[in-house]
Amino acid sequence: MKPAPFTYHDPTTADEAVALLAQHEDSKVLAGGQSLMPMLNMRFVVPDHVIDLNGIEGIAGIRDARDTLEIGAMTRQRDLMRDGTIAEKAPIIPGALNWVGHFQTRNRGTIGGSLCHLDPAAELPCLMAAYDATLTVQGPDGARAVPFAEWPLAYMMPSIGPDEILTAVSVPCWSGNVGHGFVEYARRHGDFAIVAVAALLAVEGGKISRAAISLGGVDVRPLRLDAAEAALVGEAPGADTFRAAAELARGIDAMSDAYVSSEYRQRLAATLTERALNAAANNLNGSA
Amino acid sequence: MADTRDITLTVNGESHTATAETRTSLGDFLRHTIGLTGTHMGCEHGVCGACTVLLDGEAVRSCLMLAVQANGHEVTTIEGLANADGTLSPLQEAFWEHHGLQCGFCTPGMLTSLTAFLRDHPDADEKEIREAISGNICRCTGYQGIVNAALDAAKTMQEG
Ligand SMILES: Cc1cc2nc3c(=O)[nH]c(=O)nc-3n(C[C@@H](O)[C@H](O)[C@H](O)COP(=O)(O)OP(=O)(O)OC[C@H]3O[C@@H](n4cnc5c(N)ncnc54)[C@H](O)[C@@H]3O)c2cc1C
Ligand code: FES
Ligand code: FES
Repeated sequence: MKPAPFTYHDPTTADEAVALLAQHEDSKVLAGGQSLMPMLNMRFVVPDHVIDLNGIEGIAGIRDARDTLEIGAMTRQRDLMRDGTIAEKAPIIPGALNWVGHFQTRNRGTIGGSLCHLDPAAELPCLMAAYDATLTVQGPDGARAVPFAEWPLAYMMPSIGPDEILTAVSVPCWSGNVGHGFVEYARRHGDFAIVAVAALLAVEGGKISRAAISLGGVDVRPLRLDAAEAALVGEAPGADTFRAAAELARGIDAMSDAYVSSEYRQRLAATLTERALNAAANNLNGSA
Repeated sequence: MADTRDITLTVNGESHTATAETRTSLGDFLRHTIGLTGTHMGCEHGVCGACTVLLDGEAVRSCLMLAVQANGHEVTTIEGLANADGTLSPLQEAFWEHHGLQCGFCTPGMLTSLTAFLRDHPDADEKEIREAISGNICRCTGYQGIVNAALDAAKTMQEG
């Protein structure tokens, strides 16, 4: 088993990559290869051209711009887990990455690849939805910014043109008295989640001032629990408040597949949301 | 016409220059072009871990990388894990002692993965070791011997 023949390109700048995409109609961008290479090996995708982003200068790395983390699309998942700034300002990210495949796949897999692949159960898109991250996409006419809420168009289809590449992700960090919780249920460690929940809480004067709850695995795109977030704001954090808010997750429209019914996903969504909120309340005063 | 590149990479300390078809995986290149057949190809889609090699010291799936992407890099395979004098590394020794292998198909991936993992986590406990090899499938041993070997090797290396 090996990929069908293609022509390989290894541009050294983002401009060059975009020009190659414009020039070659049937082409595919290669990042960490942890999702694309299996599809090439199995010949699910058979592109004429493969454009490798691994040699491009300046689209990997983590920069701390005041309260925003600027993360290059080609930053490896391993590097997100080892970075001191992320550990301090957004500790939910390295914690959740423990659930992304295995350490060997994280050594190659990138944040940009995960966001472009956009598996409904993937952890990084779920986190970026919780943060309302902004994605920078570069095309022949320059760069544009896409709020995460507008990024998923349909099942595994991000808002990116055939001649565009994702170059960076901006993550606005929460400050003050904040806490975070990430919980997931999968059949085996390293598998994609059946349901994953990311929760961020900010507390001021004993009351919740801001809440973000994002669910992965339930819908074709990460789902923000707007109603539960609104219900939490103004309340004192506590087990009963969290249980009541989490109950709202039971009413979501959830996918079903050959193994997991939508009812089971709804039950998991409620249970895991409650756990994620309790976890967030337990590490308040950290930075999330 | 097949799309090819001439590439140079260091494998187990030795420099190799060869022509690779660009669609060839690093794993196939190591086995077929360089002739190092210790790296095993199992699922060829990232799930079984048998093909794991070290790329610049870090464990990666050689079925999920193109050989051309290893140009200019350093690769270590199972053939490169023994000590310079040919004696087994403490991890290899422990696999022998604890029946960490039966048919041996998963062994190259287990040993390369655990070599990198124990280097970075010398104090790893059983749970952490089980998590580290969660991406390496073994159909024979039931994992117990592998985990015991890894725990024992970690101890030997700490003392050593
Ligand atoms: C055994 C195994 C288990 C896994 N488990 C999980 C898991 O539990 N959770 C999870 O989230 N993931 C999991 N993954 C997938 C994860 O490892 C991948 O890293 C991720 O899905 C894709 O990232 P990548 O950098 O490898 O991208 P690639 O595979 O190189 O690319 C993926 C797709 O995105 C496109 N693309 C990539 N980068 C860009 C860019 N900058 N601009 C435009 N398009 C781009 C590619 O063209 C391709 O279509 C697993 C993979 C394996 C092999
Ligand atoms: S052959 Fe590479 S992971 Fe199975
Ligand atoms: S020893 Fe046979 S697969 Fe592990």
